[in-house]
Amino acid sequence: MNKVFLNLALTVAWVFLTGEFTLTNFVEGFIVAVIVLIVSDYVVGQNLYIKKLPIFVMFVFFFIKELVVANLKVAYDILTPRNLMKPGIIKVPLDAKSDLELTILSNLITLTPGTLSLEISKDKEFLFVHCMYVTDEKEMISGIKNGFEKRLLEVLR
Amino acid sequence: MSETILSVMLITGAFFILISAIGIVKMPDIFMRMSSSTKASTLGIALIVIAAGIFFNDIGVFSRVVLISLFLLITAPVAAHMLGKAAYLEGDKLWENTQFDRYKEYIEKEEKEIK
Repeated sequence: MNKVFLNLALTVAWVFLTGEFTLTNFVEGFIVAVIVLIVSDYVVGQNLYIKKLPIFVMFVFFFIKELVVANLKVAYDILTPRNLMKPGIIKVPLDAKSDLELTILSNLITLTPGTLSLEISKDKEFLFVHCMYVTDEKEMISGIKNGFEKRLLEVLR
Repeated sequence: MSETILSVMLITGAFFILISAIGIVKMPDIFMRMSSSTKASTLGIALIVIAAGIFFNDIGVFSRVVLISLFLLITAPVAAHMLGKAAYLEGDKLWENTQFDRYKEYIEKEEKEIK
């Protein structure tokens, strides 16, 4: 995560130094900063950023995809007169342990339409999620665990 | 070319906000209302604001755009989460077709342990 902030700081430095406050220049600076970070990692001998960045980018795209798909699903249900909802409150066992991981995970779940995280049990073992479309409870739980949680932990750990 | 993309983004954004507004009226219980309203409007507002940022092509505007969508993404789910939890604990009824409720089992277990 620190590398991402470093990347942004380098980008801002680039933009200030070139003195051209446009979006294209910002993107240019970002690309240069990525190259600088990769090269410096290579020189120092730690290979982290090259591996983490694609995972992070993949995660962002995965999240946007989920967001759009779920939005369209809910939109379809709202626009057609019949109700297709099969709501239920499911109980998801958690692998994420630290407060940061739990916060981001429950926020991401709430952000995708159709799911709303209600509560984390006191021992931080379970997350209670209200889902609009539960055809199969187990499938839903494994969907959250293998989709959001696994990818999020890959990025954060 | 870019104008076409911008118009498409603006219209889809407005469309999502409209849908979330209809969803508030149509959904049968508070949890599903929250599900439909907060999220669709987050996506809608983000789309509209990003379109505005691209239109001006200025780092000052764009940084604000990024910050607006970031703060929306951070605050909207927290609000929805707290509202949902408060509504549940206040005893708001779930829709009658709700299939199961694992949260209730947990609360009942907790209450037993306190006793």
